[in-house]
Amino acid sequence: MQVPAPFEYERASSVEDALALLERLGPDARVIAGGHSLLPMMKLRLAAPEHLVDINDLRELDYISDEGGEVRVGAMTRHRALLESALLGERFPIIHDAERVIADPLVRNRGTIGGALCQADPSEDLSAVCAALGASVVVRGRDGERVLDMVEFHRGPYETAVADGELLVEVRIPAHEHAGSAYEKVERRAGDWAVAAAGAALRMDGGTIAEAGIALSAVGASVTSERAVASLRGATASEEAFAEAGRLAAEDCSPTEDQRGDVAYKRHLAQELTTRALRRAAGRALRQEA
Amino acid sequence: MQVTMTVNGDEVTREIEPRLLLVHFLRDHLGLTGTHWGCDTSNCGTCTVQMDGEPVKSCTVLAAMAGGHEIRTVEDLERDGVLDPVQQGFMEEHGLQCGFCTPGMLMTARALLDENPDPSDDEIRTAISGQICRCTGYTTIVRSVRWAAEHPAEVTP
Repeated sequence: MQVPAPFEYERASSVEDALALLERLGPDARVIAGGHSLLPMMKLRLAAPEHLVDINDLRELDYISDEGGEVRVGAMTRHRALLESALLGERFPIIHDAERVIADPLVRNRGTIGGALCQADPSEDLSAVCAALGASVVVRGRDGERVLDMVEFHRGPYETAVADGELLVEVRIPAHEHAGSAYEKVERRAGDWAVAAAGAALRMDGGTIAEAGIALSAVGASVTSERAVASLRGATASEEAFAEAGRLAAEDCSPTEDQRGDVAYKRHLAQELTTRALRRAAGRALRQEA
Repeated sequence: MQVTMTVNGDEVTREIEPRLLLVHFLRDHLGLTGTHWGCDTSNCGTCTVQMDGEPVKSCTVLAAMAGGHEIRTVEDLERDGVLDPVQQGFMEEHGLQCGFCTPGMLMTARALLDENPDPSDDEIRTAISGQICRCTGYTTIVRSVRWAAEHPAEVTP
């Protein structure tokens, strides 16, 4: 029987209460949202916090709001709500692509976007989605808020810029006209971690790519490829451009061999999935589903 | 610490350790052993119960986190000797097989049908995709849920 090591449990009633608890309890406290990453780690004793601060009662962080130029998603919004949001599906189809293949419906009933991002698992999907979309996150502490882009936020595997005593409260996703996005993932079976995955977002100006975002998952610590993104800027949307960006992204990723595949296979997937994601993103941007 | 939640319509209060998982709370503290406990790693889904009407894996929820919420387990499906249509369906279409994953499958099926009374086979397969049947017999499970969809109870409690 796997059970977590002993800890003290506190349930926060508001964001302010959560921040006060985190300040009082110090660095040995961890925030628990849906718990579907943290609890398995605690059962395996990969994590053993002395205090858990449960933020599941913070309904104030469960929202998806359209601010015109951007969509704001509260940190406690669960995967299921992301998948069921018509607004997100229309503005950012990459989110629905990814949510359909994140774990399984039971896990999606509990897991949250804030928890997923803060876990910063190198195989986690929403970090790549948010990076591709150029999203930023809002981190709140007792002294105020900080707004960080995904590069500033995501420090590496299991490490983010959220400091002790701080809480991720919101994700902000810029919305553009003539934009499209897509997520492609290969997994061995339903609900498994990705062998490799790629997300792409494109903003079009006629047939020309005005701006691109590419982010990969499960193929190394660095999820973006600046060279791939740069190769697309100003280029004509074409199979050649997508293939070249895929090639660059695959070169820039750093997969490791494990039970899901060897390095060459994962690199091949990174290339192919990036190309496919770009093709679909462009199709969607031009309102023609590829 | 003390935890209070509603289980199968009854409010229960128990003194627990914060690290107690919901599955063990149900089985060991309340004696509701219909909820099975399988892989321990949040993969197999055999421990599935409903929390506020949604299926969740009870090995990945702390009992403390369930405080104040409504939990429904497989023991609550049959009423006054009358089986829930999903239970009857699993009998009619041999969805039971070895029976180990059955309680979790039943709770997911009930939640699915409550929300979507006429799911497609694909929707049924998606709904149970987080639950493993090692009899390799998903075909009969899907048929069982379909049977239940085609034979809804006249009175839903």
